[in-house]
Amino acid sequence: MPDPLRPIPHRRFDALIIGAGGAGLNAALRLASADLRVAVVSKVFPTRSHTVAAQGGVNAALANVLPDDWHWHMFDTVKGSDYLGDQDAIEYMCREAIPTVYELEHAGVPFSRIDDGRIYQRAFGGQSQNFGGDQAARTCAAADRTGHAILHTLYQQNVRARTHFFDEYFAIDLIRDEEGAILGALVLEIETGETLVIEAKATLLATGGHGQVFRTTTNAFINTGDGMAMALRAGVPLMDMEFYQFHPTGVAGKGMLITEGARGEGGYLINGDGERFMERYAPRALDLASRDVVARSMVTEIREGRGCGPNKDHVMLRLDHLGADVVHRRLPGITDICRVFLGIDPAEQPIPVFPTAHYAMGGIPTDRFARVVAPARHGPEEIVPGLYAAGECACVSVHGANRLGGNSLLDILVFGRAAGTDILQYVAENPNHRPMRDADIEPALTRLGRWDRSGEGESVAAAKADLRKLMEDHCGVFRDDATMAEGVEKLKALRQRVEHVRLKDQSRTFNTARIEALELDNLVDVGMATLMSALHRQESRGAHSRVDYPERDDEQWMKHSLYARDGDRMDYKPVRTKPLTVESFPPKARVY
Amino acid sequence: MRLTDAPAAEIVAQAARLRWQCRRGMLELDLLLNRFLEVGFADLDEASRADFVRLLGYQDQIIHDWLMGQAVPADAALRRLVAAIRAAMRDDRANP
Repeated sequence: MPDPLRPIPHRRFDALIIGAGGAGLNAALRLASADLRVAVVSKVFPTRSHTVAAQGGVNAALANVLPDDWHWHMFDTVKGSDYLGDQDAIEYMCREAIPTVYELEHAGVPFSRIDDGRIYQRAFGGQSQNFGGDQAARTCAAADRTGHAILHTLYQQNVRARTHFFDEYFAIDLIRDEEGAILGALVLEIETGETLVIEAKATLLATGGHGQVFRTTTNAFINTGDGMAMALRAGVPLMDMEFYQFHPTGVAGKGMLITEGARGEGGYLINGDGERFMERYAPRALDLASRDVVARSMVTEIREGRGCGPNKDHVMLRLDHLGADVVHRRLPGITDICRVFLGIDPAEQPIPVFPTAHYAMGGIPTDRFARVVAPARHGPEEIVPGLYAAGECACVSVHGANRLGGNSLLDILVFGRAAGTDILQYVAENPNHRPMRDADIEPALTRLGRWDRSGEGESVAAAKADLRKLMEDHCGVFRDDATMAEGVEKLKALRQRVEHVRLKDQSRTFNTARIEALELDNLVDVGMATLMSALHRQESRGAHSRVDYPERDDEQWMKHSLYARDGDRMDYKPVRTKPLTVESFPPKARVY
Repeated sequence: MRLTDAPAAEIVAQAARLRWQCRRGMLELDLLLNRFLEVGFADLDEASRADFVRLLGYQDQIIHDWLMGQAVPADAALRRLVAAIRAAMRDDRANP
């Protein structure tokens, strides 16, 4: 509760942006360049945001290498989404991709180039010319460090535009008034443990993904779903959370990606009996079967007791038959990972692997202007005044049930920019801060105060480890009704347990244990959203693949899931199948 | 003042601060740096501890290239530190 003798300081800005990855910084740049007062809150130094890890590139139909058209890009994205993507947002993204990439080029991103000086574009899976024809080349990249280049460029431009950065501040919760309008957020300075209220006319959540909810993930430690959980606690449901992208081959127990190129070069998987088990699951495609088939086959082997290692909890990827020359020359990244993290040479020893959680298609529901929308009196998509979301934490939805390579950096840039554009207009129309009462701040203070209770109790680390294992076992790549229903019960029990977790360290300064406890709260909330949404969707579509419902069911399930925290309720809303200016792409079987 | 001579609360605060500085944008760095903080950092002398703090000030992509063996720091002290961080991860493999 607020201490009357030490009132919580308030700072006022036109716009508050929580998260300093590509989406947050692109929005901030647009706003600060228009002379708005912009605050960016980031729990780590901004250039340490997870965008830095994105290697691939940005899709845009520039047609620099092969013929291309934004409309073909749109077709590929709708098809890739398994027809769950909203076609108005997808059309907008594919059209805007082109000016967005040029804007970045002008801001200084060092894109790789072809001989005539134009931006080089590489071919990725899922890209076609002429609506499903020949391979297209659509991905613009800055060597193999596109995310790094974009993040650093945007950060520097923001410093120049005088964006105000609150580095190493952790957002506790959104602050909303009685009418449901968002007024800003309560944040905590990690170094001092002091709280601060940031009042803003508009608030953008750009906090990234939540891969840390799974035991094996490619995501950095910071990816704990903070913004998604804040939205849930503010009464906003999360959308399509069952759609989570897993890569079949991550380093077991660690999570780093072993690229599909390893199997493309002839690598194959074996179980604990030394058997090449993909022969049983996909006799023709073998180890190059689709991602979900390979991943589920691996987990089935482990579940049936044929895993490798003392705990039989992984399988092995063999590359040793390919020869040292092929392995070291064509797969240098994998060679480095194996040497550093496993101490093995993959040309000599097999790599322990397990499916690794990579990317969230679901998140905070928004429209194509990045405005957060939630069901209310007048329909399923009523705008939450003053609240925006963009990037991996948002679901606009352009990825639907599955994301195409090169579309995630595009998503954060296009919709970060869109958020900036719309906030400019919103602030012009709403020039005054709405009044904030002490009572509006209380729920956020209560959440923080809960971790001030000391005494005996189990540790944050133990509860977090149990949560991540639970999510991997019950909502990973192997999904059926019994497995997930059991998972929901276990997670409800864990949620109760977390109520009794206590912090030993009650100090104020740099109390990272407290931050990790707040992150645990967030992970539990997004975990429940994921499990409940997955349990209730009785079909297989895109990344959501169920053993007991193996087919896509457009009649019953071509709709978006909405999970509300209050009562763990599920609701649904229709897919927006009508694009802005072109004909709709009707659902078809997704065959590549 | 040597770190070990500092008041206990200050040592704890510095450890916590470093731990947060080891939170990076890439999983590889999280794993390597946090592992080193747990098992290797305490054995460093004062100068090497300062080098570690200096290393954390570099960009993620640069630290990544050094730790993954794709580039070598020009500075000899950082080269030694990079080798030590990689060695700490090797020890980790006995107890995954």
